[in-house]
Amino acid sequence: MTTRKLEILVGAFVALAIAALLLLAMKVANTGVTGSDQSYKLYAKFDNIGGLKVRSPVKVGGVVVGRVASIQLDPEAFQPVVTLEINSSYSNFPETSSLSILTSGLLGEQYIGLQPGFVDENVEILADGDYIEDTKAAIVLEELIGQFLFNRGNQ
Amino acid sequence: MGNTTAEPLVNIQNLTFRRGERVIYDDMSMQFRRGKVTAIMGPSGIGKTTLLRLIGGQLKPDSGHIWFDGVDIPALGRNDLYQARKKMSMLFQSGALFSDMSVFDNVAFPIREHTKLPEEIIRMMVLMKLEAVGLRGARDLMPGELSGGMARRAALARAIALDPQLIMYDEPFAGQDPISMGVIVRLIRSLNDALGLTSIVVSHDVNEVMSIADYVYVVAERRVIGHGTPQQLRVHESPLVQQFLQGLADGPVPFHFKAADYAGELMELKD
Amino acid sequence: MLDKLQQLGAATIASVQGFGRAALMVLGALWGRPRFVKAWPLYIKQFYVVGVLSLLIIVVSGLFIGMVLALQGYTVLSKFGAEQMLGPLVALSLLRELGPVVTALLFAGRAGSALTAEIGLMKATEQLSGMEMMAVDPLRRVIAPRFWAGVVCMPLLALIFNAVGILGGHLVGVDWLGVDAGGYWSAMQANVDLHEDVLNGVIKSMVFAFLVTVIALHKGFDAVPTSEGISQATTQTVVTASLAVLGFDFVLTAVMFGG
Repeated sequence: MTTRKLEILVGAFVALAIAALLLLAMKVANTGVTGSDQSYKLYAKFDNIGGLKVRSPVKVGGVVVGRVASIQLDPEAFQPVVTLEINSSYSNFPETSSLSILTSGLLGEQYIGLQPGFVDENVEILADGDYIEDTKAAIVLEELIGQFLFNRGNQ
Repeated sequence: MGNTTAEPLVNIQNLTFRRGERVIYDDMSMQFRRGKVTAIMGPSGIGKTTLLRLIGGQLKPDSGHIWFDGVDIPALGRNDLYQARKKMSMLFQSGALFSDMSVFDNVAFPIREHTKLPEEIIRMMVLMKLEAVGLRGARDLMPGELSGGMARRAALARAIALDPQLIMYDEPFAGQDPISMGVIVRLIRSLNDALGLTSIVVSHDVNEVMSIADYVYVVAERRVIGHGTPQQLRVHESPLVQQFLQGLADGPVPFHFKAADYAGELMELKD
Repeated sequence: MLDKLQQLGAATIASVQGFGRAALMVLGALWGRPRFVKAWPLYIKQFYVVGVLSLLIIVVSGLFIGMVLALQGYTVLSKFGAEQMLGPLVALSLLRELGPVVTALLFAGRAGSALTAEIGLMKATEQLSGMEMMAVDPLRRVIAPRFWAGVVCMPLLALIFNAVGILGGHLVGVDWLGVDAGGYWSAMQANVDLHEDVLNGVIKSMVFAFLVTVIALHKGFDAVPTSEGISQATTQTVVTASLAVLGFDFVLTAVMFGG
C-alpha cells in the first residue's frame, strides 16, 4: 500500500478519535456550569446539609442556575457553610430569597432549591460574596421518624 | 590506509572469549590480508559464526584485540562502532532479507539509510548490484518468492551495496544445490577480485573452500590448529587437520562424545 | 525448603533482569533525536498496523459492551424506578473502568501479540542482526516506531471505545427499552465530570498503553529465536500484559477514585 493511502487511513482514525473525545467532552460530561469569570459566589449556612455534595445543582423552580462549589464546617458555630456558584446570567435574586435542601424523588440526589423572595425598595439584590440568611436544613429521615414517634407518645 | 598490502585489514590478537563457563576461544590470533579471500574452517559447533560477530562488534571478547582498518573494535564506543560497521558487511546464513520489502528495496535499504542520494542514482546503483549477482530481473519479487540460493544472492547484492572493504560470509554454501553452490563460489571469487574486497568465508565445506580461498585457517578445540595456503594445508603434518580435510569419521576428533567407560556403564544397569 | 528459596531467588533475579533489559530497550529506542522526517513512512505504517487495524474489534466490542451494560443496568434500575440513572451508569462504567481496561486487554490480544511475533520472527531470521551489521540501529529503526504507535493509538482507541459504548447504551436504553432520550443525556451530564471521569480514564489508558506496548516489544526482542520460543513469547505477551493491566488498574483506581 502506498504511503499516501496509509496516511489517509491513519488521518481518518485520528479524526474519529477526536470526534469521540468531543462527544465525551460536550455531550457526556458537564464542562462545569461556568468558568470563574462567568459566575458569582453566594454563601449560606445550614443546620444540616444531609446528603448534599460538591457539584450538586442549585435550582430555581427546577431550572439549574448554579452548583455547590464547596462545603465547609464553620469552626466556631459548628455549622456547615455551603459555597454556591451561580451563573452570572441569573444575577438578580433579592436578599430575601431562601434556600432549602430538597431531594429529587424518593431515592434521587439532593439539590438546593432557591426560592426567590419579594422585592422592595429596602431589599438589595444579592451580589458576589453575600450570605443568604434564610435557609432550611435537609430533612433527615431518622429525625422525622423520631419526631413522629415522640408526638405519638405525647398524645 | 596507505600501506595497503603490508598491514592486514583485520588482525585478531590473543583473543579469548567465554560464553558463561564455556571457553570458546583461548588466546587465538589470526590475520586477514587485504584483497584476499581468507577461509575459516572447522567442525560445526566451534563458534565460527561467533568469530564473525566478534569482528562485527556484536559480541565483546573477554580479552584480546580485534584490529579492523586501524581501530580496535572491542574498545570502540557506540558511534565509532557504527562508523566502522559501514565499512564492513556480513552475509548471513539465512540471507536475513527484510521480509516486508521487495528485493529492490532490500538492496536499496543501506544506501537509503546512510546516504542522501537522489532516487535515480539509488536506482542505478541497485540495478548494478543486482546485475552483478544476476538478479536484475527479480527486483520486484518479495523475499518469500525467492529460492534459497536466490535469496542468498539477493542478500549478497545488499551486502555490497555500499562498496564495503570487508565482507564476511557465514556458511555461504550450507544447504545449497550443486548449481547454486557453483554460482556462489564464482560470485565470491569474482566480487572479491573485481571490487577489491577483502573476504572472510566461514564454512565447513572443504572442497569449495579449498577451491577459492587464498589462505585457510583450521580452527578446532578453541584455537587455530593449522593455517596456510590450500596447497600447504593438504600436506600439513597435523593429524587433526588431515582428519578434517579428508572427512574421516574417527581420529584425533573422536567419533564418540565424551562419556564414561562403555562396558562399565552397561554393567551399571544390572546393579 | 532451601530449593524453594533458591527457586524464588532465581525467579526474582530473572524478572529484575527482564525489567532491566526492557528499560534498556526503551531507552535505546528513544535515545537521541527521533528522525521524524526520514522515518515518517515507518511511523505511518505502524500507526496503520497498530491503530487502524485494531479499530474494528474495538468498535464492535465497545458497541456490545455498551448495549449489555444498558440492558443489565435497566433491569436493576427499573426496580427502583430510577431508569433515568441509566445514562450515568453506562457512561461512568465505561469511562472509568471498562473503556481503558477492555481496550487494553483487546489491544494486548490483537496488536500486542502481533508485535511480539513480528519482532521475534525478525530476530529469528537474523533481520535484526543484519540491520545492526549494516550500521542501522534496530532499536531506533524497528522498536521506536512501534513503541510510539502503541503508546499513541491505544488511548485513542479507548476514546472511540467509550463513545461507541455510550451510543450502544443509548441504542438499547432509549430506542429499545424506552428510557427518555433527554433524561439519558442530561442525567449523564449531571453526573459525569470532564476532569474527574473523562480525564482520569484517559490517564489510565495512557498508562496501560505504555505497559502493553513495552511488554509486547520486550517479549519479542528478548524471544528465544526458535519457532517454539516465539510462540511462547507471544503467549507470555498476552498473559503478562493482561495481568499487568488488571493489577495497575486496581492501583490507579484506588489512587484516582478511592478517595
